[in-house]
Amino acid sequence: MDCCTPTSTVAVAEPPVTNPEASTNGSENGKHRTGRIRTIALIGPPNCGKSTLFNRLTGMRQKVANYPGVTVEHHSGTMKSFGRPDLTLIDLPGIYSLATYSEDARVAVDVLKGNMPGVPAPDAVLLVLDCMHLNRQLMLAAPILSLGLPTLVLLNMADLLEDRGGKIDPLALAHELGHPVALISAAKGTGMDLIRNFLQQFGEFALTRPGSARLPIIQSPASCRKWAGQVSSRSHFEQPESPLWTRRLDRILLHRVWGPLIFLVVVIAVFQVVFSIGQPLSDGLGDLLTKAGNFVAQSLPDNWIRALLREGIWNGVQSVLVFLPQILLLFLFIGILEDSGYLARAALIADRVMRAIGLNGKAFIPLLSAYACAVPAIMATRTIENKRERLATILIAPFMTCSARLPVYTLIIAAFVPDRHVLGHLVGLRATVMLSLYALGFLMALFTAKLLNSRVMKASSAPFVLELPQYRWPTPRSLTLRLYDRGKLFVKKAGTIILACTFVVWLLSVLPVHGSQFSDLSSSVIGHIGQFIAPVIHPLGFDWKIGIGLLSSIVAREVIVGTLGTLYGVDPSTHAASLQQALHHDLGIGGAIALVVFFAFAMQCTSTIAVVRRETNSWKWPALQFAYMTCAAYLGALLTNQLILHLF
Amino acid sequence: MALSDLRVGQSAILEALELPDRVSDHLAHLGFLPGANVEVLRRAPAGDPTVYRIDGVEVALRKETARHITVEFEAAGTRN
Repeated sequence: MDCCTPTSTVAVAEPPVTNPEASTNGSENGKHRTGRIRTIALIGPPNCGKSTLFNRLTGMRQKVANYPGVTVEHHSGTMKSFGRPDLTLIDLPGIYSLATYSEDARVAVDVLKGNMPGVPAPDAVLLVLDCMHLNRQLMLAAPILSLGLPTLVLLNMADLLEDRGGKIDPLALAHELGHPVALISAAKGTGMDLIRNFLQQFGEFALTRPGSARLPIIQSPASCRKWAGQVSSRSHFEQPESPLWTRRLDRILLHRVWGPLIFLVVVIAVFQVVFSIGQPLSDGLGDLLTKAGNFVAQSLPDNWIRALLREGIWNGVQSVLVFLPQILLLFLFIGILEDSGYLARAALIADRVMRAIGLNGKAFIPLLSAYACAVPAIMATRTIENKRERLATILIAPFMTCSARLPVYTLIIAAFVPDRHVLGHLVGLRATVMLSLYALGFLMALFTAKLLNSRVMKASSAPFVLELPQYRWPTPRSLTLRLYDRGKLFVKKAGTIILACTFVVWLLSVLPVHGSQFSDLSSSVIGHIGQFIAPVIHPLGFDWKIGIGLLSSIVAREVIVGTLGTLYGVDPSTHAASLQQALHHDLGIGGAIALVVFFAFAMQCTSTIAVVRRETNSWKWPALQFAYMTCAAYLGALLTNQLILHLF
Repeated sequence: MALSDLRVGQSAILEALELPDRVSDHLAHLGFLPGANVEVLRRAPAGDPTVYRIDGVEVALRKETARHITVEFEAAGTRN
């Protein structure tokens, strides 16, 4: 079977001399094998498409992107959407060999060898290799095949191989490896039938013939590379032309002058679009939600239930929900940057800055992903081998402006910053303020890193080694799925955490009940709490309602928007006003800017605290981090408010 | 001579990696093995790191790492 037949992207090749009877002996490695396969591990080098395949086979949605080190944990899923609910597939972080220097590689090897508590030892392996670089990627086949597990070798991105004039003879490769080989494309979904047939066959009898492949005996990188080269040349592998446009694009995107300039333009464009397109969409959604709320409220009797639903919960939840368009736009941009391969270039452009503050080059990608959310970013630090550098990256990650800050920033900016242009008609003042807030968080992270650099981390740095992926077009499918998942997450959060918080806030804002009368806002429980904390936050330019918002946002940043929505809904003086108008009752320009500065620095996120606790294995670090960030937020806001009061 | 001494556009044969085991092991899996041909593709806008092409892939290294990798020009080397 040659790769150039029309069906070549879906070729499967069986290894020679397959004799079911002869291969049911199954007691290699001392492992008990009944002949039925239940658990299958997906293994392969970084960025070869394991998670894309995992998502295909399980119907799950693990994060995929075009840079090495996206997956840092093991994820299990049943192959339901593949018609095999009886099989469990485990997605693993990418590895180059069985030697483990970083946390994520250790996870992969532990699971593979059955040493991971709570995860069954896999009884078959899908070895995924990027067939564009087969001669190098095959190096991993040596240690993996040596494990003696039934293995199907999947040559991913076979569609690209053919397009770019590369060749491989899968039959010859199967012969060389002693294991079946299939050409697939996880992104396009071709070759999935072959995996299915293969698993069917495996289900009936265990299929290993140890010793049928001539594997290198001493598995040093050099000998594995030599072996891989020999195997691929005997399999008639011809490396495809590396696409010229990746290099041409890099000539511009990594240009001495254009590179950083384009980087800056891309970032500014993101914020400009979030405002110029996102804001009208968000306003429209707001109108729609208000009308829907009023419509439903009219049909309810005028009692406390209606007050709870309309003024309490709906006002709160709605004021957060309206930010859905902005969140989606932000994630659309992040998706394009990650899937195209530009992110790795951005890391290259920014490396000089990272080094100046003593940060590991590998810290850049986790830090960039912290712009979406600090939680996955902190988990992504597992790729950093050096423990102290990893800790430093964990500690500064929450300063990166995550998407949860976006609703707070957008709300305050839309309410207090006039919609004017700066720099001619290209960039809006609002986008500029937003960009400054992102820069502020980043600068604070740099400052903190510098501080830690002299305290926590001393010398010894793991080097910056970055494999530059080739550029790829982000597929509409992948982008749509990302947006759908993000949107769902956001709406779900509004419907759970934020709903619960606004309910509590509403309850506290009407209690205690005097006879059959609710309390006034100022004489309610929440009013008392507010008056208690008011003196502390007064110097920052915040009144007590903002203070309640700050307290509630310790749960999650967006909660403050919901809380304020509810408080202003309950208060008769702001009852009819929009949230933006109502804010002007309580905040001057000084307090407003101080509030966003507070949010730029504060660690108001229980999920982040929990993940730092888990990743550092102690309460000490999250506690210190919370205290440090809260102090920074308080001082930053104080300084901002006092400066604005005295200057203007 | 060190890999970091090569100019953009030049290529050479890799001789040895004088780096800690874990680093040279990682680099070896990316193709940085003695005898491999390495080409300097471009420098990052700030002049560092540098992108090298080796074994069909592009890998960026900081100067501080490339300094510890020795290379030799093909013509001047002992290989024929």
